[in-house]
Amino acid sequence: MKSRHKKLILIGVVVLALGAVAALVLNAFQSNLVFFFSPTQIANGEAPLERAFRIGGLVEDGSLRREPDGVTAHFRITDTAKTIPVTYKGLLPDLFKEGKGVVAEGRMNGNGVFVAEQVLAKHDENYMPPEAASALEQAQKAQQTLVVPPDSASPQEGK
Amino acid sequence: MIPELGHFALILALLIALVQGVLPLVGAARNNQAWMAVARPAARAQFLLVAIAFCALAYSFLTHDFSVVNVTRNSHSRLPEIYRFTATWGSHEGSMLLWTLILGLWTVAVTLFSRHLPDDMVARVIGVMGLVSFGFLLFMLATSNPFLRMPMAMDGSDLNPLLQDPGMVVHPPILYMGYVGFSVAFAFAIAALLSGKLDASWARWSRPWTTSAWAFLTIGIMMGSWWAYYELGWGGWWFWDPVENASLMPWLVGTALIHSLAVTEKRGSFKAWTVFLAIGAFSLSLLGTFLVRSGVLSSVHSFATDPTRGLFILMFLAAVIGSSLLLFAMRASKVGLGGRFALVSRESFLMVNNILLLTATASVLLGTLYPLFLDALGLGKISVGPPYFNSVFIPLVTPLIFLAGVGPLTRWKQVNVPELAHRLKWGFGASVVVALLLPFTQEKWLPMVSLGILLALWIAVTVAISVRARLRTTAGWSANFYGMHLAHLGVAVTVIGVTMVSSYQTERNMRMAVGETVTVQGYTFRFDGVVDVTGPNYTGSRGTLEVSQNGKPFTTLHPEKRIYVASGMPFTESAIDYGFTRDLYTALGERLDDGAWSVRLFHKPFVVWIWIGSVLMALGGFMAITDRRYRAARKLKGGEA
Repeated sequence: MKSRHKKLILIGVVVLALGAVAALVLNAFQSNLVFFFSPTQIANGEAPLERAFRIGGLVEDGSLRREPDGVTAHFRITDTAKTIPVTYKGLLPDLFKEGKGVVAEGRMNGNGVFVAEQVLAKHDENYMPPEAASALEQAQKAQQTLVVPPDSASPQEGK
Repeated sequence: MIPELGHFALILALLIALVQGVLPLVGAARNNQAWMAVARPAARAQFLLVAIAFCALAYSFLTHDFSVVNVTRNSHSRLPEIYRFTATWGSHEGSMLLWTLILGLWTVAVTLFSRHLPDDMVARVIGVMGLVSFGFLLFMLATSNPFLRMPMAMDGSDLNPLLQDPGMVVHPPILYMGYVGFSVAFAFAIAALLSGKLDASWARWSRPWTTSAWAFLTIGIMMGSWWAYYELGWGGWWFWDPVENASLMPWLVGTALIHSLAVTEKRGSFKAWTVFLAIGAFSLSLLGTFLVRSGVLSSVHSFATDPTRGLFILMFLAAVIGSSLLLFAMRASKVGLGGRFALVSRESFLMVNNILLLTATASVLLGTLYPLFLDALGLGKISVGPPYFNSVFIPLVTPLIFLAGVGPLTRWKQVNVPELAHRLKWGFGASVVVALLLPFTQEKWLPMVSLGILLALWIAVTVAISVRARLRTTAGWSANFYGMHLAHLGVAVTVIGVTMVSSYQTERNMRMAVGETVTVQGYTFRFDGVVDVTGPNYTGSRGTLEVSQNGKPFTTLHPEKRIYVASGMPFTESAIDYGFTRDLYTALGERLDDGAWSVRLFHKPFVVWIWIGSVLMALGGFMAITDRRYRAARKLKGGEA
C-alpha cells in the first residue's frame, strides 16, 4: 500500500512537471515565432508594427548608401512590385549585393522604415533565400492577376 | 576506369549488404548456425568494397578527373591537394559515401570486439547494421551516384570557400563517427527486441559502444561550433541553426541513453525505456543526416534539391523509424520494465535527468521542424530564432546540472535524504556565496552570471566530495567512475564559457582609417591598412591590426577578405588571438573610401572554455569505456569459447 502511494505521488509529480515544462516551451515558442512578410504585404499594412518579423526580396539596384560612420547602411528591399526602405547598423554579410536576394530580421519604425537587427548571410552566391524567392514569386503572381478583372481574383490570395 | 571500378564496388557492396542483412537475421530466428556465421565475413567484405569505392572517389578528386560530375562541381584545378581530398565528402553524394564507409567501420569493429557475445546476438546486431547499410547504398545508387560521368569539363567550379579549411578534414568524419556510432546501440536494441533477452549483460555490451559514439558526437559538435566561430566571421559559437539542432538532438537523446543504460546495467531497471532511447538516438541521427544533406534546410551543409531524393529519404526514414517503433510496441512488454526503486533514489534522479533531456530534445525538434511543416503545407513562412531556444534551455538545463551534481553521490534504490543534505550543505552554501560574489569582480553584476557560476561550482564541489569519499574507501581505480566525473566537470567548464561570453562579450563594428586606434576592454587596436594577397585559388586583401595593452605591443592580427577565383565568391577570414580567459576576434568588413575599412572587433571572455569543456566531456566518455569490467566480461566468455 505504501509503495503504491509513493508510486502515485511519483506519477503525479512527473505529470505536473511535464505540464509545467510543456507550458513553458509552448509559451516561449508562441512569443518567439518570427513571421515572414514580403514588401507587398508590408506595403498593404499586413505586417505587425509591434513585433519583429522577417522581410525578404531583392536589394534594389543603386539603393545602397552608407553613412559616414561606415557601418550604418541604408538600402531598399523590393519584390519588383513594392519596395521597403531598410536601415541596418553593422557589417553586411559577404554575399550582400545589390540585385541579389536578401532576408532581414527586424521591425518597422514609425516612418515606414524597416530597422533591421540582422541581415542574413547566405553561404553560396547563387543561392536565393527561399523567403526572398517566394516574395518575388508572389509579387509576380499578383502582377499577372492584375490583368484579370479585379473581381475574379484578389492578388492577396495567390499563395 | 577508376570511377567505374568505384561504381561497380558500390553495386557489389549493395548485394553483400543485403546478404549481411537477411541471412544472419533469419539464421538467428531459426537457430541456423551456418547462416548466422555469414554475418562477420559479409560485414568485412562489404566494408572492403565501400572502402574501394571511397578510394576511387578520392582518387578522382586528387587526379582532377573532371569527367566525373561530382568532381567538376566540387573541385578546381587550383584547389590545394588536401582540400581536393576533403572535397571527397564535400558534396551530398560524397558525404553519403562517407556515412556508409563509417557504418562499415563500426560494423567491422563489432565483428572484432564481439567474441564474448552469444552468436545469435552478434548475428542480429550485424544483420540490422547490414540492413541500414543496404538502405544507404540503395539511396546512393538510385539517386545520388557519386561516380556519375559527364563530358569532360575544362575545369571545376571549386569547393565552397567555407569548406576550404582544416576543419573540413576532421569535422565531418568525427561527427559521422558519432551519428553512425548510434547505429550500434540501435542494432543492439533491435536485437534485444527480436530475441526478447535484455539483461544486465546486454546493457554491459552496449554501453561502451554507446558511450564511444556519444563521445565522438560530442567532439564532432564541438569542432563544428569552433569552426563556425572562426570561419563565418560573426564570432558566434552557436546559432540555433537547424543544422546545428540536427546534431544536438541525437546528442541530447544519446546523453539520456548513456545514463539510462547505466541504470539498466546496474539495477536492471528502465529496460524498455533504454531500448526506446536507443531507437530514438539513431532515428534522430538519421533525421539529422537527411535534414542537413537533403537540401530541406538551407545552409552551407546542404546541396541542390532533388525531389526524388527527398521522397526516398522520407520513405527510408519512415521504414526505419516505423518498423523499429512497431517492433518496440509489439515486443517491449517481453523485455520488461525492470526492478523497482524508491521515490528518492539514484534511479529516480536519473529518470528526471532523462525527462529533462527528452523535453529539451522535443523543444529543439519543435523549433526545427515546425517551420518546415508550415512551409511544406503552404501555411506561410516563419522562423524560430535563438530567443526561443535560450528561454527554453536555461530553465531545463538548470535542474539538469543541479542533478548532475547530486546524482553521483546518491545510492541506488533508496536515498537517505538527511544524510545527503548533511554531506552537501557546506558545499552548496559555499557555491552560493562564491557565485553571488564572484561577478562583482567583473564590470557589472548579472543574475545570469551568478546562476552560471553557481551551477559550475556546484558540479566542481560535488565531484570533489565524491572523489574524496571514494579515495577514503578501499575501492581502487575505476575508469567508469572517474570518466563520469571528468565528463561532469566538462559540463561545468562549458557552462562557465557560455555564461561569461554571453554576458560580458564586447562587440565593436566601426569604420577604421589607416592609423586609427580603438580600445576595447583594455586592448588597443591600431589599423595599419591592407595589402593585396594572392592565394592558390583566391585573391584578396590582408589587413594588419596592431594590438597593444597598456602601451606595450601585444600581438598583430591579420584578418583577410578574399575573393575565390572560380566562384567569384567573397569571403571573410577572421584573425583571432586565442587566450585562456579571453579571445580577441577581428574581421574585415568592406573597403570604404581612402583606404579605410569597416572592421569588426570582439572581446570574448572565456569563450574557449566552451570547447575545452566539450573536450573534457568526450575524454570522460572515452575514459569510461576503458573500464575493466567491459574487458573482464570479454576475457571470461573468451575462455569458454
